[in-house]
Amino acid sequence: MAEPLLIADQLTKRYGGLTALDGVSLAVEAGGLHAVIGPNGAGKTTLVAHFAGELIPNSGSIRFAGEDITELPAYARAARGLSRSFQVTSIFGDLSVADNVSLAIQAHAGHSFRFWRAAEEDEVLRAPALQILADLGLADRAQESAANLAHGEKRVLEVAMVLASRPRLLLLDEPMAGMDPGDAVRIVKLLAELKRRYTILLIEHDMDAVFGLADRISVLVYGQVIATGTAAEIKGNEEVRRAYLGDEEVA
Amino acid sequence: MAANRNRRLIMWLGMAALALVPPVSLALSQPYYVDLFTRILIFSIAALSLDLIISYGGMLSFGHAVYLGVGAYAVGIADAYGIDSGLFQLLVAAAATAAIATFIGLVSLRTSGVHFIMITLAFSQMIYFLSISVNKFGGEDGMTLNQRGQFGSLIPLDNANVLYYFVFAFLALFLWIQSHLVRSRFGMVIRGARTNPRRMAALGFPVFRYQLGAFVISGVMCGVAGALLAEQALFVSPAIMQWSRSGEIMVMVIMGGMGTLFGPILGAVAYLVLEDVLTGLTQYWGFFLGIILVAIILMGRQGIMSLVYGLRWKSSHG
Repeated sequence: MAEPLLIADQLTKRYGGLTALDGVSLAVEAGGLHAVIGPNGAGKTTLVAHFAGELIPNSGSIRFAGEDITELPAYARAARGLSRSFQVTSIFGDLSVADNVSLAIQAHAGHSFRFWRAAEEDEVLRAPALQILADLGLADRAQESAANLAHGEKRVLEVAMVLASRPRLLLLDEPMAGMDPGDAVRIVKLLAELKRRYTILLIEHDMDAVFGLADRISVLVYGQVIATGTAAEIKGNEEVRRAYLGDEEVA
Repeated sequence: MAANRNRRLIMWLGMAALALVPPVSLALSQPYYVDLFTRILIFSIAALSLDLIISYGGMLSFGHAVYLGVGAYAVGIADAYGIDSGLFQLLVAAAATAAIATFIGLVSLRTSGVHFIMITLAFSQMIYFLSISVNKFGGEDGMTLNQRGQFGSLIPLDNANVLYYFVFAFLALFLWIQSHLVRSRFGMVIRGARTNPRRMAALGFPVFRYQLGAFVISGVMCGVAGALLAEQALFVSPAIMQWSRSGEIMVMVIMGGMGTLFGPILGAVAYLVLEDVLTGLTQYWGFFLGIILVAIILMGRQGIMSLVYGLRWKSSHG
């Protein structure tokens, strides 16, 4: 069997006395959707930052597509096709919706030391950008300033930018965070669509949202992966139930 | 789109008005205006260059006058060694500022926010004090140049009007370049990096090298302004790169309108004309300049440019 697309091996991250990640191992097979769930404070955000290249672990390693990327900077990982979205919407509000997606395409269209021609009028960037927006149902908002989008639309734009950067793996950090139920349904449908075409690593707080989507689920609690398996296996896992019930009681 | 057209119209009208300064000053028998406006155009170039990095790039350099100084000293030192080719002097100024800006950028761009402001200020102070301590080139008293750079009989810079249009050509060239640059792929990268550098990295942009590129382009542009200042004044002294001078250039940008291309030029005109008029009226000119500045900034985020937009909006809609 081929090597998994993304492998975390014994990742450990300490901040002084606090251990945020405690020997996390994870393997994301190519194709399908792998979800990492966990209660608040489990280390999900820290784990994403390690995959994305914003944090370097104290020990352990990360391999992506057969290459050790443990200490590779964020931009170089993105260039290799490890493409992330942000939990807090990170679009460019002062640019148009189409400009946002064009920028993501530009990142993978050679160097940007091109000083003369207006990027806005560059069909090499603009045509695929509009295509992606059409695919995701945002075509009629293309000329709108990104800041004017509704919250749910911004989350879709966020995904559009990830798709525009020619991903081999989508690293989605809580794409449903802060959404009302209607918008969340829209994103779940979108993800179900996307997982047929891309490998997805979905980080999510909400268990119920991922059960219907995920082919495999890993549960992160206090910086450790306490279980990995199919949705049915995770549902039946006593330790997982305890961790989550404890969290619900506090919340 | 309409705003873009307005912006372009203001740019053309503004540049046309500036092109008329020598004939108007001749008609008024006030040759002094040509000198004043030559100086204003030179500072317009400096303000334009600073606008590129602070407004589009989000790099709040508080030591921009250092490039004026390095450009001016490059001309002064070339002149002291008897090199009178104007082209060569300008090239030396551009090369020297490129080198200094690369070095300062390589170090400073590892920081951001207040730290970036402080570190760019610190570098400019270092070079300021260096210029004071090197007695061979005048030290604190500065150095007087033997003559203006020679460009052959075609461009005799000793003629005030020729010098004016020479500087004007540089301003027009840089304005043209910058208007393309900020909309190019390169421009989109530095604008994106201003809003959200983390996101840009996640998209796959090695942001640092683009920011450094913009920083050096800006430095060289300002270096050319410094060289022109030396050619005009035939005098170079450390005062040209005092830290307060960096502040003045920043005031011109903010006063005229950040990120509006022509705004910084309007800002340079307004600041230096006001300074000239007010110093003639009262010794408390700084106080009144301050009041006017506060008023302009309160009127809109884009300084004088927001006034100009406002007028145009009224005339076409009301």
